[in-house]
Amino acid sequence: MGRYVARRLLQMIPVFIGSTFLIFAMMYALPGDPVRALMGDQAFDPAVLEAKRHELGLDLPLWQQYVNYFTGLLQGDFGTEIGSGRPISEIIAHAFPVSVRLTLFAFTFTVIVGIGLGIVAGLRPESVRDRGLLGLTLVLISMPSFVLGYLMQYLFAFQLGLTTPTVQDSESFGDLFLPAIVLGSLSLAYVARLTRTSIAENLRADYMRTAVAKGLPRRRIVGVHLMRNSLVPVVTFLGTDIGNLMAGAIVTEGIFNVQGVGDAIYEALFRREGATVVGIASLIVLVYLLASLLVDLLYAVLDPRIRYA
Amino acid sequence: MPEKTAATAVSAETEAGATAPDDAPAAVTAKPEKARSLWSDAWGDLRRNPLFLISAGLILVLLAISAFPGLFTSASPRDADLANHYLQHPNWGHFFAPDWFGYDGQGRSIYARVIYGARASIMVGVGVTALVTIIGTIIGMAAGYFGGLTDSLLSRVTDIFMGIPFLLGALVVLTGFENRSIWVVILALVFLGWTVIARVARGAVINIKQADYVVAAKALGASTSRILLRHVLPNALAPIIVVATIALGGYIAAEATLSFLGVGLAEPTVSWGVDVSSGREQLRNAPHVLIIPSVMVSITVLAFLMFGDAVRNALDPKLR
Repeated sequence: MGRYVARRLLQMIPVFIGSTFLIFAMMYALPGDPVRALMGDQAFDPAVLEAKRHELGLDLPLWQQYVNYFTGLLQGDFGTEIGSGRPISEIIAHAFPVSVRLTLFAFTFTVIVGIGLGIVAGLRPESVRDRGLLGLTLVLISMPSFVLGYLMQYLFAFQLGLTTPTVQDSESFGDLFLPAIVLGSLSLAYVARLTRTSIAENLRADYMRTAVAKGLPRRRIVGVHLMRNSLVPVVTFLGTDIGNLMAGAIVTEGIFNVQGVGDAIYEALFRREGATVVGIASLIVLVYLLASLLVDLLYAVLDPRIRYA
Repeated sequence: MPEKTAATAVSAETEAGATAPDDAPAAVTAKPEKARSLWSDAWGDLRRNPLFLISAGLILVLLAISAFPGLFTSASPRDADLANHYLQHPNWGHFFAPDWFGYDGQGRSIYARVIYGARASIMVGVGVTALVTIIGTIIGMAAGYFGGLTDSLLSRVTDIFMGIPFLLGALVVLTGFENRSIWVVILALVFLGWTVIARVARGAVINIKQADYVVAAKALGASTSRILLRHVLPNALAPIIVVATIALGGYIAAEATLSFLGVGLAEPTVSWGVDVSSGREQLRNAPHVLIIPSVMVSITVLAFLMFGDAVRNALDPKLR
C-alpha cells in the first residue's frame, strides 16, 4: 500500500509539470503584454519598457521562464502580480478557502442527494419514479450552469425574495447555499444516473439472491451488500469531478459574486496577469491529481478483491 | 439466369425479414442472423425508440433552422429599433412574428436572434465533435495498437491534457485571441477535448488487438494499415460513436458558457451565449430577454443528449 502510494505520487510529478507547463505556455504564448499595460495611454520610452521586461525576466526564452517560475513554486513562492505588485500567495490565501468551502458544499450536496436519488430510482428499475428521475437528470444535464444560476437567482431572489441576488459575505455558509446547489447540480445528475444504473445492474447479481436467501434484513442487503458493490463507478466519477467543480466555480462565482478562485482567475485573465492564472490553475491541477489518487485508494476499501502491493 | 433468381430470392428474404421464414429456401434460413450486423440491429432498435424519434426530429428542425434561418423569420437579427424597448413584453400569441418573444435592450427581435443564433451552436457542436473524433481516434488507435513506447508517450500526453479542467483551459486559450470567429472557438475546444475519445479508442483497440480475426489477418500477411483500417477501426467504432454523440451536447453547452463569459463568440456574431450575457442586465425587469436564449441552449443540448442516450442503448449490448 505504502509503496503503491509512493509510486503513484512519483508518476504524478511529470503529469503535474506537463499540465502546469501547458497552461504556462498558453498564457505566455498569447498576445497581450502586462508591461505595456502598466504604461497606460501615456507616451513611453521603449528602453524603459525593455528594462522593466528584463527586470521581470520576461525577455528570457519560454522554457527558462518556466524553470524560473517552477523553482519559485517549489519554494512556495508564487511570484507577484505585475500590475498591482501584490504577492500572488496573498491573493490565493484570500480566495482559495472561499472556493474550497463552496466546492466542498457542492460536493456534499452532490454526494448525498445524487446517491440518494440514484438508490431510490435504481431499486425499482423502469418504475414511474425511475423514469421521472431519468427525465429530471436529463433536464439538469442539459442546463448549463449559467442558465440554472440565473433561473435560481430570478426565482429565489427577485420573485420570492428569499435570498439576496448576490452573495454578501463569501465566508458565510448560508449565503453559499444557492451557489453551491447551482455548482453541484450537473454532477448531481451524473451521480444519480451512475448510481441508478449500477444499482439496477447489481440487483440481479448472484450475491444479492444469496443475501436474500440467507434471510438478511433488507436494510443490510441494500445498505451493505448492494451499496458497496455499486459505488465503485460513482466514486470514480466523484474523484475526477472535484477538479471540474473548482473550474466550474468560475461561472457560479461570477453569477453570485463570490470572491473565490474562479473570480480571481477570471479577473487575472483579463489583466493578463499570467503568474496569477498559472498559480491558481496549478493548485486546481494538484487537487485534481490528488483526488484521483484518493479514488484509487478508495477502490481497495470498497472492493477487497482489488489489492495494491 | 439461375444465379439471378437466387439473388432475388435472397434479397426478398432480407426484405421480408422473419415474417415469412417458411417460404424461404433452406440455404437462407440456415443463417438468418447474417443480415443483422451490430449496426442494422441498432437501427432496428432505434426506429422503435420514442426518445430517439423525438430527439432526431428536434435535431432535424435545429439543422434546418441553422441552414436556412431566413425561412423561419422575416425579421433580421441585427435590426435595432429603440422604439421596441425590452420593456415591451413578449406577445405570446403572435406566433413566428418578430415580436413573438419581445425585444432585447437594443430593440432587436429576440425571436429573430434566437433563430439566427442556432447556426453558431450547431456549427460548434458538430465541428468540434467531428474533429475530436478524428484526432482522438487516430491518437487512441496508435497508442492502443502499437503499445510500448508509443503508448506510454501518447498516454502521458493524454494525462497532461486531461489534468487541465476543460473550462479553465478553454478560458486561458481563448482570452489570447482578439477576433474570435467560430473556427477559433472550435479549434480551442478541439485542442482540449480530444483526450476523452483518445482514451476510449485506446481501450477499445487494446481489446480488439487480441481478437482471433486480427491475429488471423496478421498471419495471412496483411499490412499494418490494412489491419488497422479494415479490421480494427470498424470494430472499435461503436464505443467511439457513443462517447462522441453524448459529448456533442456538452460542446454546445461549453460554447454557450464561454460566449456568456465573454471569451467565446462575440458581437456581431449572433449566438445564444452572447444574448444570455447581455440579457442579465435586465434580469429583474425583463427576465424573458435572458430566459428565452437560455431555454434554446437547454433544448438543443437536451436534444443531442437524448439522441446520444438512445444511440448508446442501441449500440451497447451490455445495457440490454
